[in-house]
Amino acid sequence: MNDASMSAEMTANLSKSLDFDQAAKPKVVAKDVNVFYGEKQALFDVSIDIVEKSVTAFIGPSGCGKSTFLRCINRMNDTIEGCVVKGGISLDGDDIYAPSLDVVELRARVGMVFQKPNPFPKSIYENVSYGPRIHGLARGKTELDEIVESSLKRAGLWEEVKDRLNEPGTGLSGGQQQRLCIARAIAVSPEVILMDEPCSALDPIATARIEELIDELRANFTIIIVTHSMQQAARVSQRTAFFHLGILVELGATEQIFTNPSDKRTQDYITGRFG
Amino acid sequence: MVDIATRPPIDWSTPAARARRKSRYAANRRLQAYGIAAISLAIGLLGILIISLIATGYSAFVTTRITVDFPISTEYVNPEDPARGNYRAVVKAGIEELFPNVTGPDERALGQLLTNNTQFMVRDAVVADPSVIGGKLSLSVPASDPFDQLNKGLVDRNTPEDERRVTDQQIQWFDQLEAEGRVSTPFNWGLFFNSDSRFPELAGLAGAIVGSFYALLVCFLVAFPIGIAAAIYLEEFAPRNRWTDLIEVNINNLAAVPSIVFGLLGLAVFLNFIGLPRSAPLVGGLVLALMTLPTIIIVTRASLKAIPPSIREAGLGIGASKHQMVMHHVLPLALPGILTGTIIGLAQALGETAPLLLIGMNAFITSPPGGILDAATALPTQVFIWADSPERGFVALTSAGILVLLGFLIIMNSIAIFLRQRLERSW
Repeated sequence: MNDASMSAEMTANLSKSLDFDQAAKPKVVAKDVNVFYGEKQALFDVSIDIVEKSVTAFIGPSGCGKSTFLRCINRMNDTIEGCVVKGGISLDGDDIYAPSLDVVELRARVGMVFQKPNPFPKSIYENVSYGPRIHGLARGKTELDEIVESSLKRAGLWEEVKDRLNEPGTGLSGGQQQRLCIARAIAVSPEVILMDEPCSALDPIATARIEELIDELRANFTIIIVTHSMQQAARVSQRTAFFHLGILVELGATEQIFTNPSDKRTQDYITGRFG
Repeated sequence: MVDIATRPPIDWSTPAARARRKSRYAANRRLQAYGIAAISLAIGLLGILIISLIATGYSAFVTTRITVDFPISTEYVNPEDPARGNYRAVVKAGIEELFPNVTGPDERALGQLLTNNTQFMVRDAVVADPSVIGGKLSLSVPASDPFDQLNKGLVDRNTPEDERRVTDQQIQWFDQLEAEGRVSTPFNWGLFFNSDSRFPELAGLAGAIVGSFYALLVCFLVAFPIGIAAAIYLEEFAPRNRWTDLIEVNINNLAAVPSIVFGLLGLAVFLNFIGLPRSAPLVGGLVLALMTLPTIIIVTRASLKAIPPSIREAGLGIGASKHQMVMHHVLPLALPGILTGTIIGLAQALGETAPLLLIGMNAFITSPPGGILDAATALPTQVFIWADSPERGFVALTSAGILVLLGFLIIMNSIAIFLRQRLERSW
């Protein structure tokens, strides 16, 4: 109850200040997030809310902190020595940095796709079934088979691999490997999928397939994508956040960011003056 | 400062420039020559070692046997109880039959042709097949060491009689037996299937091989799990702080501690304090495990470190706990490297002598150990014992023992190379 009212309040505040669709429900809410790598501060007072079942793109020049912030959302930064996160991030109103939170459960709810396709050096089937297996999401082999099939179908990979599920996932092409990683992520039915430059290691055709896929996945998942390509952000996202030097400069509807940015830095960046 | 834009074009064809180039190429060739010389020297020395071992050791791989027809008369052997016959007399009778003309004190010299244990061999053959009692048993028994040497051409017949261990008379008898076709030179299976003996013609490596096997088994069972557990903790879980650094430095130093120190530790702790039996492969294995542990830890950590971080991220990103990430993904991928390192560590342990000497695995033991608590020797200590023995036959046996040890080492290293090539994957 308390959580619900709190998130409602946050939504109200944010909608007032940022002027976007009031009906959209925030899935992830970050408040004054500061991140330090040892002595160096990587993020400064980032406050943002991520709308449910939509694609939010983080853009900005290299080293601006967009990936750092992305990795705060499923606490992957925990694995980095000397990384300290201050401030609050909540998922459906639950503080994900609360001591009582189980990080394993969080990462099941917030899936991640990495920059370089990183399938396990195991079979395609094992790659997709691994998540459901360790989280105990399937009762028996048939159910697991179903999860694998539907995940691969949703990732648009089923037709290409259905006859060779037992072959190693590392034997696929780069684009197929990345779709396998997406299938692996959605097999555990996450609520949010984080994508850290998922197309930067792929050719244009594979990139186009992934972008189509992201657009389809939007119906069921909340997607946050970090990208270097402004065209990609414009193509796939509904909302865009622009980061610069560890500061969240501007957040708004993608169309507005690219056509009518309110901040001078955003304008300079999207017109190619730096970055 | 010379401005690069206004500098005149460089003439690369002046004699000075040419000389510079020439000396550069010469230096290149010299460096190569040094390298080739160093490698040739190393290979040459290794070749000399192997050749000298084979030259002295090859004769121990064959043995001299003399076929004698022993009359098993009921006078000496009771058919009811064949194990308790007077086989000394049987052997004597067998020799007498070969040389009916030799009598008196010469008969004793004649008896020296056959190995000391002939009577027991005859007994065992009779017990195994009692039907020969009353008839004749044709048995090929090893010649004693001096005649083994004579047969292999290692005794010079031209040396004066009083300076060699076989008399002219004995040589004549031996030649007579050879002329009768009773002397054969088969492969010396005894080298692998006999245990140690005071008599070189009977001594073999069976006890040492079994002892080494048990010791290595204990070493593996102790060092492998502990080493891997320690390495996983240090590499994946330990916080990076001063204590971890201290432990790391000490593990690396431990790998360089002289092996005899581990022997002293084993003597003080395992034998004197805990009271484990002396000369036992259990203690040998524990001491070797202490020595192998740092190697396994270092190799395992290196293998774990070589697994790309993207695999760890993939595991964690899907919600695997750290433990699951390590056990399901990192460790299986690191296993080929770990196994290779472990085998090389065990090969090192197989050749280790000094610590085993201190815990008494260099005793004279004439039967293979039945378990890890029985007294035993190991391959290197057996070589050590033989190298210390005065009989001429042990010289060849020492070299043969070293060759067998090297053979085992080559096999183990080949397995390691095979595993590495077979299981290693790239991504």
